[in-house]
Amino acid sequence: MPDSRTVSISEQFPLRRREVAKALLAERGDLLVIAGLGSTAWDVTAAGDHPLNFPLWGAMGGAAMIGLGLALAQPARRVLVITGDGEQLMGLGSLAAIAVQRPANLALVVFDNERYGETGMQTTHTAYGADLAGIAAAAGFRVAGTVRAPEELEAARQIIRTETGPIFYAVKVRAEPLPLVLPPKDGAHLKDRFRLALLGPDAVTAKGPS
Amino acid sequence: MSGWPEAIYSALGELGVSQVGYVPDAGHTRLIELCRSDPAMRAVVLTTEEEGVALLAGAWLGGQRGVLLMQSSGVGNCVNMLALNQVCRLPLLMLVTMRGEWGEFNPWQLPMGQSAADVLKIAGAVVERLDQAEMAGETVQAAGRIAFEGQVPVAVLLGQRLIGAKSFLR
Repeated sequence: MPDSRTVSISEQFPLRRREVAKALLAERGDLLVIAGLGSTAWDVTAAGDHPLNFPLWGAMGGAAMIGLGLALAQPARRVLVITGDGEQLMGLGSLAAIAVQRPANLALVVFDNERYGETGMQTTHTAYGADLAGIAAAAGFRVAGTVRAPEELEAARQIIRTETGPIFYAVKVRAEPLPLVLPPKDGAHLKDRFRLALLGPDAVTAKGPS
Repeated sequence: MSGWPEAIYSALGELGVSQVGYVPDAGHTRLIELCRSDPAMRAVVLTTEEEGVALLAGAWLGGQRGVLLMQSSGVGNCVNMLALNQVCRLPLLMLVTMRGEWGEFNPWQLPMGQSAADVLKIAGAVVERLDQAEMAGETVQAAGRIAFEGQVPVAVLLGQRLIGAKSFLR
């Protein structure tokens, strides 16, 4: 283990994750949202449960790739994946897979509190210097950056909504215990409500097309 | 020349498959080439197979059908991600080229090759086998129908006898 003194103190990060989620999802329009398991699923739900949210309760490491499949299927819609640093670290290869496809309509935002929040706030690799935005940039993301201050968040929000992707932001957020705000837990329900809202009733009836 | 990869490719077209996730594999070489050159299919090269399970979950959320091409050694990589398919009742069509059976020269392929079918079943997938070239098209058609109509994961195991046992003698 690295010396604990080398671990940055993420409690000092000014940005609060619930506020960041609220800002990113304000006036969301027709945005399609995937939320990684754990804290980011609760954050996205706290900003307002929505049929075009697909919050994960498992499938760790898969949020970004779900976003890619959705973005390729729906090129006219913008897709926003919001996930945590631990979740993204489990799917680092997906950054390379996404960069190869260059999806213009995909943005990936990692709420990076440098902690595994659901398992007891143990430090993640980013606490020791792993630079997720640097990894995304090196993989070939068109836009990649780290957000630490409120004014940087507003600039990133504009880019996420308007610029050509793939876009990656690591948003450094405070490590803090927060009340759970839980989305529906049944996966089949989450899937059906998403497809109903996006594709219409034929997508969820037995005789309907795919 | 038209062979089993061409028959599978035709079946995928008829099923309406438009996203093809794959980890490069010798047995799937021709099929991957066909998919990559088809403007109606988006071929997505993966760094590991479970990325494809997640990719195609997203594709289905967005109204598209997909297929995941991999080798039997990739089956183990998919296990946890297949929870998506069970819990969300998501379809998934997997075409798995087998190693670790029928004339395998590399003992390191045996553990996953010999357990692939059982692992897939334990993870909730319907498992079909394909050992005869002339059955390729209809087997994939039938498997795709189960997957997309029933919203379940289905794997077709392409036997090493069909593909040809790999050799270092080229």
